[in-house]
Amino acid sequence: MAALAHAITCIVRRDVTVAWRRVHDVVLPLVFFAIVTSLFPLGVGPEPNLLRELAPGVLWVAALLATMLSLNRLFANDYADGTLELLALAPHPLSVLAIAKVASHWLLTGLPLVLMAPLLALSLNLPDKALATLLYSLLLGTPVLSLIGAIGAALTLGLRGGGVLMSALVLPLYTPVLIFGAGAVAQAANGQSAEAHLSVLAAFLALALTLAPWATAAALRVSLD
Amino acid sequence: MIDVVNLSCARGDRTLFRELSFRVQAGELLHITGANGAGKTTLLRTLCGLTRPIEGEIRWDGTDIRTHGDDYRMRFLYVGHLNGVQGELTPPENLRATAELTDTADATRIESALTRLSLDAYHDFPAKILSQGQKRRLALARLLVRERPLWVLDEPLAALDVQSIETITDILAEHLERGGMAILTSHQALDFGAGNVRHLSLED
Repeated sequence: MAALAHAITCIVRRDVTVAWRRVHDVVLPLVFFAIVTSLFPLGVGPEPNLLRELAPGVLWVAALLATMLSLNRLFANDYADGTLELLALAPHPLSVLAIAKVASHWLLTGLPLVLMAPLLALSLNLPDKALATLLYSLLLGTPVLSLIGAIGAALTLGLRGGGVLMSALVLPLYTPVLIFGAGAVAQAANGQSAEAHLSVLAAFLALALTLAPWATAAALRVSLD
Repeated sequence: MIDVVNLSCARGDRTLFRELSFRVQAGELLHITGANGAGKTTLLRTLCGLTRPIEGEIRWDGTDIRTHGDDYRMRFLYVGHLNGVQGELTPPENLRATAELTDTADATRIESALTRLSLDAYHDFPAKILSQGQKRRLALARLLVRERPLWVLDEPLAALDVQSIETITDILAEHLERGGMAILTSHQALDFGAGNVRHLSLED
């Protein structure tokens, strides 16, 4: 058990170190997130009430697409240089090691998105009272996006044009998260309780945490075969 | 001791070899030869459990490796066709990262492994600046970081210079002397003074 915990922390530490030395990989999805959300006021016009209506959906769709954009980084580099083979040959369950990979992906993509969101929400005129709910919904939702995305990333490893196929596989699975995530923020913006929506998001997280690592591990084994 | 019993492997629809059987015991080295595409890499990957055979069994100390599971993966080290070297990390960081997938790594062993394979000069540089042969040496340095009875090596001598080939041959000889086992593919003849080197050709 101690060895497994050690292996997990080491994988996360290594991924963060590598990301630190390839900063553009981490920064690009965040820049994408900022640009997409800033394009909306320019596209639909600076109408405060309209933007207020659109804000929850725009923020969530942009966060979702930014996560999508970063998914190929999850396993592709490790696959190309052979590190993934070594991961699969480690004397620990691959599903648990996959959780470590997903955790570092979330730390490097999901968490920065969560932290950036309130700032961008202000530019979209989201009411202050909804900011906390926006944070909570993204905190619960972005790990689900990383977990589900890992299955898609593992399945499309080494395929030509894998990126497009991955979007086709992963985006439909993202829709429930989007509906309840954006729904929670909209509820809060209208002064209603978002508790029900947040509970469903938490349930999605619990479900994804239990099932996605196994699916990811199975997909990785198929891709490595 | 590793036993391969009636192993058949295929890639896609093409059968690579059928009903292959051999045994490697402590202190033995098995040198697998064969033309390109004969299935050497597939055989090694199957031995590691990365690829599934279509038929047959691989036994470690008499028990099927699938029954052993995680325990079997503690018994061997695999250096594959890909080096498993991350360009952003320095050589010692690379060695530590792979060693720690098992458990805590011993820093002094990592340093001495780097010295043995003459990678000292690149200690603090990212591995992406290393040449092909140096990356290969870094991959092989993993053999010295952890003590494991079985070494599975896919073309370990590819891209290595004469001096390094000598070092690797010495390291292999020491491993066999300690009672270790090695299964490797190589297009080059291995120059061992003595030792139990056996050959297996995938030609027929």
